[in-house]
Amino acid sequence: MNEILEILLSVSFWAAALRIASPLILGTLGELVCERAGVLNLGIEGIMTAGAMAGWMAVYQGADLWTGVAVAAAIGMILGFIHGVFTVPLGLSQHVTGLGLTLLATSLSYFTYRMILPDVPSPPRIEAFQPLAIPYLSDLPIIGPAIFEQTPLTYFALIAVAVVAFVLYKTPLGLAVRSVGENPAAAEAQGIDVYAVRIGAVMVGSGLMAVGGAFLTMSAFNAFFFEMVAGRGWICIALVVFASWRPGKALLGAFLFGAFDAFQVRLQQVVGGDIPYQIFLMLPYLLSILALIVMSRRAAYPKALMIPYRKGER
Amino acid sequence: MNESVNRKPEDLVLRLRGITKQFGDLVANDAIDLDLARGEILALLGENGAGKTTLMNILFGHYVADAGEAHVADASGTLAPLRGGSPNASLLAGIGMVHQHFTLAENLSALDNIILGTDSLFRPWQRQRDARRKLAALMDRSGLLVDLDATVATLSVGERQRIEILKALYRDARILILDEPTAVLTPQESESLFATLRRLASDGLSVVFISHKLAEVLAISDRVTVLRGGQVVANVAAAGTDGPRLAEIMVGRPIPPTVRQPMAPGEAVLELAEVHVPGEHNRPALTDANLKVRRHEIIGIAGVSGNGQAALSNLICGLAAHDHGRFEIFGRTAVVGSPGRMIAAGVGRIPEDRLHDGIVNGMVVWENLLLEDYNRAKFVRAGFLRHGAARANARQVIEAFDVRCPGPEAATHLLSGGNIQKLILGRVLNREPGLILANQPTRGLDIGAVTYVHSRLLEARGAGAGVILISEDLDELLTLSDRIAVLYRGRLSPAMATEDVTIRRLGLMMAGQTSEGAAADAA
Amino acid sequence: MRLEPRSNVPVHLAVLAPAGAVVLALALTAIPLLWADVPVAQAYALIFEGALGSRFALTETLARATPLIFTGLAAAVAFRARLWNIGGEGQLYIGALAAVAVGSGAIAAPPMVMIPMILVLGALAGALLMLIPTLLKLRLGVDEVVTTLLLNFVVLLFVSMMIEGPMKDPMGMGWPQTAPMIDEATLPKLIDRTRVHTGLILALVAAVVVWVLVNRTTWGFEMRAVGASPAAARFAGMPVARVMVRVGLISGALAGLAGVGEVAGLKGYLTLDLSPGFGYSGIVVAMLAQLNALAVVVSALFVAVVFVGADFMSRSIGVSNYLANLIVATSLLTMLAASLATRYRLRLR
Repeated sequence: MNEILEILLSVSFWAAALRIASPLILGTLGELVCERAGVLNLGIEGIMTAGAMAGWMAVYQGADLWTGVAVAAAIGMILGFIHGVFTVPLGLSQHVTGLGLTLLATSLSYFTYRMILPDVPSPPRIEAFQPLAIPYLSDLPIIGPAIFEQTPLTYFALIAVAVVAFVLYKTPLGLAVRSVGENPAAAEAQGIDVYAVRIGAVMVGSGLMAVGGAFLTMSAFNAFFFEMVAGRGWICIALVVFASWRPGKALLGAFLFGAFDAFQVRLQQVVGGDIPYQIFLMLPYLLSILALIVMSRRAAYPKALMIPYRKGER
Repeated sequence: MNESVNRKPEDLVLRLRGITKQFGDLVANDAIDLDLARGEILALLGENGAGKTTLMNILFGHYVADAGEAHVADASGTLAPLRGGSPNASLLAGIGMVHQHFTLAENLSALDNIILGTDSLFRPWQRQRDARRKLAALMDRSGLLVDLDATVATLSVGERQRIEILKALYRDARILILDEPTAVLTPQESESLFATLRRLASDGLSVVFISHKLAEVLAISDRVTVLRGGQVVANVAAAGTDGPRLAEIMVGRPIPPTVRQPMAPGEAVLELAEVHVPGEHNRPALTDANLKVRRHEIIGIAGVSGNGQAALSNLICGLAAHDHGRFEIFGRTAVVGSPGRMIAAGVGRIPEDRLHDGIVNGMVVWENLLLEDYNRAKFVRAGFLRHGAARANARQVIEAFDVRCPGPEAATHLLSGGNIQKLILGRVLNREPGLILANQPTRGLDIGAVTYVHSRLLEARGAGAGVILISEDLDELLTLSDRIAVLYRGRLSPAMATEDVTIRRLGLMMAGQTSEGAAADAA
Repeated sequence: MRLEPRSNVPVHLAVLAPAGAVVLALALTAIPLLWADVPVAQAYALIFEGALGSRFALTETLARATPLIFTGLAAAVAFRARLWNIGGEGQLYIGALAAVAVGSGAIAAPPMVMIPMILVLGALAGALLMLIPTLLKLRLGVDEVVTTLLLNFVVLLFVSMMIEGPMKDPMGMGWPQTAPMIDEATLPKLIDRTRVHTGLILALVAAVVVWVLVNRTTWGFEMRAVGASPAAARFAGMPVARVMVRVGLISGALAGLAGVGEVAGLKGYLTLDLSPGFGYSGIVVAMLAQLNALAVVVSALFVAVVFVGADFMSRSIGVSNYLANLIVATSLLTMLAASLATRYRLRLR
């Protein structure tokens, strides 16, 4: 019991929780933007992989870190554009397109990585983002070192939550995004270009996901490994349901998830060899399923989610 | 027959010339000319399928016309060409449209629905305060009162329609198009809508009122344009014409009146006693419903949609279960909550949403005709479908119910609404059910199909079936029903003999008055 | 210019669409190849040579197609009923694990008993695994896409736990793998000294059975109706939940059989690299076949050609064999686009 308390009271635990949560925050937020516009994006797993690879590769090739982030975001937006064109004007299955996009983006990332770096014995490293203490705020007790001594990409994730929440709820653009996800016919009748808004939302969302992927190679680690996204994209989709499609709750969900993950890693060290390590590794996936079970019944889906819209048909 | 209606060109707010639109082989609009003056209420009359909705969808930019041109007056009153195919262009030109099926996002507030798309998308924030001020003034002037902060899902049909009109007014519409606006209203609500429209017209708003109901067309409009088969067949001043004359122009041929022969009812096929069906989302379900349906009898159920029709229909269709009360079919306690058991018990069900519940999109005609019968011995051998027998069955139904289609292998979803309904009728009536539930069986059908459905229902009644007819069309109810009951907020009134009922009395009951009160008020 | 729905899919289009999709996919994947300065024509020629150019190559392709037919059928059956089973990978592994659990020495019996037993157990394991997301969907409204995907990770970790723990081969010199299947529980070879095993026959039989089931039986009629319109199927009195459970079980069982075939016919023991994503490739196989069970055989062969050939090409000219995944993934997207052509007619006017 003491050890558990010790874990929960340590600053490093809370700092780790936010660090682990960061890619999930970005991924969840990206998926949320897509789904608010009515488009399920199962390409998320592949887009995160592509973002991780592209951002890292850009830096490895000599670009600076923020350029790397921009490259990742751009790749994400291009992949999002493909998803958008297939699912919005063409009205193809969002499920199958998304899975296809995941397969495409993943294999393209691996293929590119292997073509550029054919024979490397161990994954090459880059100089990744370093923690940046925010003046004054980091001096706050406990919260300071936990929240305000993170890498810049974590701050980016936190700011992104605020920006997305503001845009969704306070601006005409956000109203347009929500309306095409609720009732595209209503949006069209008010002069909104449903296709443009939906494709745009999917592109922006996909860009956010890709930056979430880039966090893994440019902030959490400093190298690219195959299969390093490891289902985080799917977890983000579960978190969107858990968050009831609200940015604030998405932040909360991702953070709880990060805390749980950080906790199980530390618990593993305490409990040690009594329990196979695979059990601990399973927990995040099982927890995601549990979150879905708890929330699915009361979830208020965007009404037009997964329903293709054809202009002029009502 | 075009009576020349003389008006100065500077009064025109809308001028259509030669509008033509073709879907496949169907010419929906054939060289249509139409003028609309400032402050005028023009009724666009025509039966379902005559091309009214297509024309308005072209005007509103949902469709692009194949030929023809449209001019709309700008703010200064000069006619300018309208760019086709863009709802936004139409909105900017001052055209507002209230669709038959409302285009409101249910999970957004009334205010959000109204201001949606009125600001530039990239404006950094919304001008909510200005919007509220403007809307308060609009509501004051037009009498269209709405709680702006309410979520649309919680509002009644009438309130939603007011939001739709406010949407147009908020955008300073000079032309307001209403597509079948009274279909979902009680007669009294329609009256109040007409009053509002007249007030707005006297303020200079031009109104196009689309309908197929003669009486209300004559009551509201200054001028009537009649469409038939995609063409303008008449353009007359409302004051100079009358109902029978318009009816003949609209249909183009004499319609044999549907006549219900009086019949002695037989034994009861359905009995509800104090039946309660739990509702969803706090919507009215069914409370303490009492109803008896006998053989050789059609019971009409009137009511504004959303007052418990779904619960009643779902109960009898087997989709919902009651939590207390007695529900008997053919004298035996009904097994509820299973559509299969209802079918097996001898209930024929014609669903409200025929495309969603009635047919499987993507299955061909013979498969759709087999949906309720695929487990019957004559179509199955050891778990395998007998395709030959199934196709033969399909050919027989297609023939017997006059389903116009290339054959049993035709794709069902490409058939016209009327033929899809005939297909469903064939599937249901072929089983010779003793109890039939027909939920909005003629909604959206053209007059030929409507007459056909009516005759088939009367035929089934003659053959000994008891029929429950749920409809929003009061004329239909009065024509077909032996008795009529009204649903209001989940409460079912006692069934009244049709001879004792007037439209006015039904309207009052649909608005919540008790049958005695309504009878007294209507007298 | 606009799209008009077709009333019926002409036969020539049903064949041309996937063929066109594949050609388009090959053309699109040439773009990164050109960018990487790879001789495209040579690379593609090597792929076909490596997969079809010799007797050995052909047998390798057939061996590779075997699990793909199973997982392709698993996806095709489920997708037909709009049950999004993306968990083929997990079901494959759990099927293999079940086969190994009894087939690697726990029970000794003649092949007449052992082989049916491991097949049934493997199928059952896959089916039961798929039952979880199916029931979650039906009872609690939990989206099965995410649950099946997440379960893939859980199953893989579970298999890892078993082969590093209770089921670890004591003679395996510390490698994380199970004990080998006993001879009685090994699927006989179809052709000697190759890797083609009787699992291929089973896969072909399964394809025919699934086709008959879907297109000729009342169960299939229910499945298709439920898939195309659950509301109308329910309204017509079909037992929608029961149909979904049935579909989930059949789909899971087919994926489980893929695992049994691989472990009992090919590898002989279970490791964590039993499947290079056969479960996911099965989705592509099913979509290329437009969910038709007989066409699944053809599209599985195509995907096998790409994978086997790419390995050969990679060894010859050093282009990463991830090219295979790239071609297959691109074919899925081009096939989706091509499916529009089968459903709509483009009218110019």
